[in-house]
Amino acid sequence: MLYQISRFIEQWLDSFKTGSEAFGVGFWNPLAWIISIIIAFLIVYIIRGMGKNEYKEKTEQTKVFLSGNPEAEKEKMHVKASNVYWGFLETLKWLYKGLDKMHNGNVSDYVLWFVIILGVTLLLIGGI
Amino acid sequence: MTGELDLLAELLKHSPALIVAIPLLGAFLTPLIGKINDKIRNGFAVFIVALTSFFAFLLANDILSNGSIRTYVFGGGSALTDGGFAVRILFEIDGMNAFMAIIASILALAGVIYSWSFMKENTGLDKYYTLILLMIAGMFGMILTGDMFNFFVFLEITSIAACALIAFRTNQGKAVDAGFKYIVISAIGALFILFAIAILYSQYNALNMAVLAREIQLTFLDKIALALLITGLAMKAGIVPMHMWLPDAYGRAPASVTLLLVGATQASLYGALRMTSTLYGKNIVGVIKHADFNLFSQVVFDITLNGVLGFIVILLAILTIFIGVLMALKETNFKRMIAFAAVAEIGYIILAIGSAFLAVSSIDSVTSSAVLSQPGYMALKGGIFHILNDALDIGLLFLVAGAIYYTTKETSLNKLGGLARNMKYTTIFFLIGLLAVAGMPPLNGFASKILIYESTYQVNPILSIIAILCSILLLAAFVKVFHSAFLGPKQEKFDNVKEAPKSMLVAMGILACIIIFIGLFPEYVLNNIVTPAADALVNFGNYIHAVDSNYVISLIGGF
Amino acid sequence: MIYQIPYIAVVALILIGLYAIIFRRNLIKMVIGITLIESGVNLFLITLAFRKESTAPIYHGTGSRLMSLPVPHALTLTSIVIGVAVTALMLTLVIHIYKHYKTLDARKIGMEGDEE
Repeated sequence: MLYQISRFIEQWLDSFKTGSEAFGVGFWNPLAWIISIIIAFLIVYIIRGMGKNEYKEKTEQTKVFLSGNPEAEKEKMHVKASNVYWGFLETLKWLYKGLDKMHNGNVSDYVLWFVIILGVTLLLIGGI
Repeated sequence: MTGELDLLAELLKHSPALIVAIPLLGAFLTPLIGKINDKIRNGFAVFIVALTSFFAFLLANDILSNGSIRTYVFGGGSALTDGGFAVRILFEIDGMNAFMAIIASILALAGVIYSWSFMKENTGLDKYYTLILLMIAGMFGMILTGDMFNFFVFLEITSIAACALIAFRTNQGKAVDAGFKYIVISAIGALFILFAIAILYSQYNALNMAVLAREIQLTFLDKIALALLITGLAMKAGIVPMHMWLPDAYGRAPASVTLLLVGATQASLYGALRMTSTLYGKNIVGVIKHADFNLFSQVVFDITLNGVLGFIVILLAILTIFIGVLMALKETNFKRMIAFAAVAEIGYIILAIGSAFLAVSSIDSVTSSAVLSQPGYMALKGGIFHILNDALDIGLLFLVAGAIYYTTKETSLNKLGGLARNMKYTTIFFLIGLLAVAGMPPLNGFASKILIYESTYQVNPILSIIAILCSILLLAAFVKVFHSAFLGPKQEKFDNVKEAPKSMLVAMGILACIIIFIGLFPEYVLNNIVTPAADALVNFGNYIHAVDSNYVISLIGGF
Repeated sequence: MIYQIPYIAVVALILIGLYAIIFRRNLIKMVIGITLIESGVNLFLITLAFRKESTAPIYHGTGSRLMSLPVPHALTLTSIVIGVAVTALMLTLVIHIYKHYKTLDARKIGMEGDEE
């Protein structure tokens, strides 16, 4: 009896296997995804709801704490998009100089690249 | 009961012609109806596109469930005349065409519903809707046709209508300049394609794709024609280093036009696939150069066509992915950045298709199909699946960018901030698009990207490493956008920014729902929609047999 | 040898047209270059249809003679019409560009306002 129940559960789980024996077997069940997303959402919502009751808006509690420094206006506090990856862009400046020269707005350069690739493809397919 | 079944069967028989004819007729009726009222004209445009999508889904359902190929000969009669010549223009629809028709109809429907409220403040909207319907007719014609010169004509129709739409806001100088660049590039590409069609016609006296596929051999002129066709169509598809028109054109056009431009780019990519795998399918393992030389012993090997093609395509694919991702990290204009991400996604598709080319080992002349190894077949399926996912994800991101431009009139990311408080639904849609592009389960990007990673690993492990690395860099670029546009403190100049209008939310919602559906049920989509398309590309004999029934193939073999 | 001259003319036209697009800065000269390439491809299509000592492919009703192929003539007509539409569109856009930028130099247009 227990054996039959376990066989039944094993067959039901087997129906969700994906892939083949050669490349590896996986497991994908859409219902499991939906249920786990709903459970995660509920957990986050409950934890958010367990906040403190003494929160009042527009009093001293909502001011930003900057260790006593004066707070600048909101537009200057937000990190702008061109500054977000500053370190990465600085170290690769030599690469970006070449790439920017490729992307100027000149149509003649675009057609020149087309002719170059056409020549290379003709040589390679034609058999040199 | 029989009367109703006959009506559906009759509509199905004539649906290839109706899919192209209805938008054409609607395009020329729109200025007349526009004289009555504005709302009626918008409703008429949405009605025409909905009718076309209905016919496209009906046709695709029939083709994908039966596995048969339909031909539709214009002017009645049979495909071959008495002498055995195929002189009539015909539309031939197999699994790959049906797949592309599904993509085009989803994008067209979302685009027209979105532009109801996006373009409300512009004048000259009669011409706008006429051009949109013409472009949709051109896209469907390019996807469904089975004749080479017909393909060229529809390609030109699509690019002329698209150029006029890109330059629609003539009060901005840069939009007109982007339109000029687009039409110069497009005209040169199309003229070289016409040159290649003329070379093929002079050799074999046929313009029909099936007859050409039956007759073609790898002479010197055929190789020239193949090189011209591939390069011309690759320039239209935006493959590096011929991609520079793409950020200019996508970034300066209105957002609903960009959505349809994504569809036109994918249709050119489909054209390149059709030319190499069906037209030259019989010779895909044809020998180009036979080399033997004495090293320490006799070394003899052949360089075959699929080896050369695979090498070229994979090299261009790696370049495309790298340059697309690197330029996207630096860019601060919202729509230009998404355009560079679109270039990188095309690179993923090309990478998978190149691996599939390398994996072809021989041609099975009994069943007239290419013999792929199992990883190569998986790569082909992954690449074709990624066409669908890429169109949906990038389309959703462009629609969000358009919604932000509509409410705040800003295009640069340096000036935005803190918009998540005012525009809640737009933020959720952008989050879905971001996770889908990066390949996060359970959204649809994961399903196709893992197929691409696994199958390119069998070709060379370095390709898979580069693909995964650049996927993470793409996620980094979009997180930068999410932080600087939506998160952050509330800014004063955006105090009275409201949520996007309803029709724009409906269009974004359609795309998001399809993304989540494909993400949760990837096996269903893969087995029923993608595998017939991949099979249609591998078995080129069926394509020839549908036109010329004397071409004998036997039905044993296959997978 | 005399029957190879049209093919040499086709290649010459296409190369001159590509030279005009790549190496000239004036926008109108780029439009002229595209027209030259299109004329070259049309000439190629018509040259393919020719047979030695043939007439136009029209039936007169009095016996038959050798006729040149009619299909490339139809393809050429379609291509000429498409070329007219493309040229008209390009020239309209050049007029708009001149109204905005007051110059026709390809290096000076379209560079502003993207990277703010």
